[in-house]
Amino acid sequence: MIKNISNLGDAAVYCDFGNDVNKEINSKVINYFQSLKDSKFEGITNLTPSYNKLIVSFDLSITNFEKTKKIIENLEIKKNHNISKKKLQIPVCCEDEYALDLKKLEKKLNKPTDEILDTFFSKEYFCYMTGFIAGMPFLGDIDKNLHAKRLETPRVKVPKGSIGLTEQFCNIYTFESPGGWNIIGNTPLNVFDSLNEDNPNLINPGDTVSFIKINKEKYKKYYE
Amino acid sequence: MSENFFKVIRAGINTTFQDLGRNNLNHIGIPISGVMDKRNYIIANKILQNVTSHPIIEFAYQGPRLVYHGDPLNISVSGDVKFKIFKHKNEIEGKCYETITLEDHDEIDLISTNKSVYGYLAIGADLNLDYQWKSCSINTKANIGSNKGKKLQDNQKIEVSNIKELSRRKLDYINSKIENIRVIKGTNFHYFSKESQAKFFKKEYSVTKLTDRMGMRLEGERLDNIINTNIKSEGLVKGVIQIPADGNPIIMLADHGTIGGYPKIATVISADFDKLSQLTPGSKIKFKEVNLKDAETIFKLYEMETNNIISKIL
Repeated sequence: MIKNISNLGDAAVYCDFGNDVNKEINSKVINYFQSLKDSKFEGITNLTPSYNKLIVSFDLSITNFEKTKKIIENLEIKKNHNISKKKLQIPVCCEDEYALDLKKLEKKLNKPTDEILDTFFSKEYFCYMTGFIAGMPFLGDIDKNLHAKRLETPRVKVPKGSIGLTEQFCNIYTFESPGGWNIIGNTPLNVFDSLNEDNPNLINPGDTVSFIKINKEKYKKYYE
Repeated sequence: MSENFFKVIRAGINTTFQDLGRNNLNHIGIPISGVMDKRNYIIANKILQNVTSHPIIEFAYQGPRLVYHGDPLNISVSGDVKFKIFKHKNEIEGKCYETITLEDHDEIDLISTNKSVYGYLAIGADLNLDYQWKSCSINTKANIGSNKGKKLQDNQKIEVSNIKELSRRKLDYINSKIENIRVIKGTNFHYFSKESQAKFFKKEYSVTKLTDRMGMRLEGERLDNIINTNIKSEGLVKGVIQIPADGNPIIMLADHGTIGGYPKIATVISADFDKLSQLTPGSKIKFKEVNLKDAETIFKLYEMETNNIISKIL
């Protein structure tokens, strides 16, 4: 199922599942990820699944590329482990002060704000992976009519809770961070909770997210 | 029972508690973190006979000034660090790589690192720190780790307990300088023109000021991408060199983002991380290609060398 296995530096195995991004390939990545995670092989220090790749990092003091590659090649893939399949609703306020790039997006997409937002709020989104920063979900797939490039100059600081769009994906900035996605709103929900060590991420790969539009009054109530 | 603690008079520029970091959390976006210069971290702790994973104070460029209150306690400083000890109004020039005994009201001023970035202050006692995912390492961007995920603050206290026996130990050691950064070709090496591939190994790159615990930005001959300046976002590891559209390399360091979408031209080998992290802005570096087998051998040598250095602590 893995198309190509190579090394990424001297302390990681790079598993390539193909170039396309779709749920089928991603579910293969998640299956490998879960099976390896459950098997707890000594020396493996990190597993980083993404749309169509899985990176397996290891401790070079304990093991090496060849040994880790063999583990991956001989891995028994279980399909019925506990992949998260929650359905979540995320409230989003798209009023001016939170929708930092909506005006620019109107021009980029040549569509009025109402149409952009109606399209965005009408669909459910699948969580392919989390990362870049802690807990950030990469959600897809957004409607073709909303595909836009990243900002030409990325922001140094994107506010916590910002909802961003780029190409076929949307995401939620779990805390203030640099970033270049087109910001169309903000959620008052805490999507990453570092104090909850067992379950810090609200959204996990395999989950489905729908966004619910709220006004500023309702947004502010979350903080009361 | 008396209370033993340090009080922070001046926190320094980028002072954090660190250990070996936290594993198995990349998939939720949490990087390993941990000390930048592992060898200097291990040595500072071994001088005090601390265990390898003992928490340490890491600082960059300028360290903290601390006053100590309590029963006599040993500390050690590693790296290339200029520092002073104040004992009853006597000012003593500090020496790295040896035990220093602090008594009630003594002060230590970690003034600066010399032509390097990171220095370490190890303490011969337990530090009463909060742990997150079994590590005290602070990731200031995500506010994870001890000290509420924040850098050391002026006026805060650092409580210690279980003070160790005050034996005297020292090591003759000089940090060696690096000439080349050894790398293994990356998964997207072929994204770059033949000319750029050659430039990457022939030309010098300089370390810019936009370098921190997350990444090291370099400047030099622009590397031309002939396939695509973006890839589908995928996992990163420490040492990966990404090339964004502007053609300047960025090397992933301890607190790096776990996922990235720029092509990977190469990855720095594990044995060179310590020396890489000590390169100050303006330093020139050259990349040298090694294959995987060589990198594994070089790593074994690096580990043997570290053990050999530790064995010379007297």
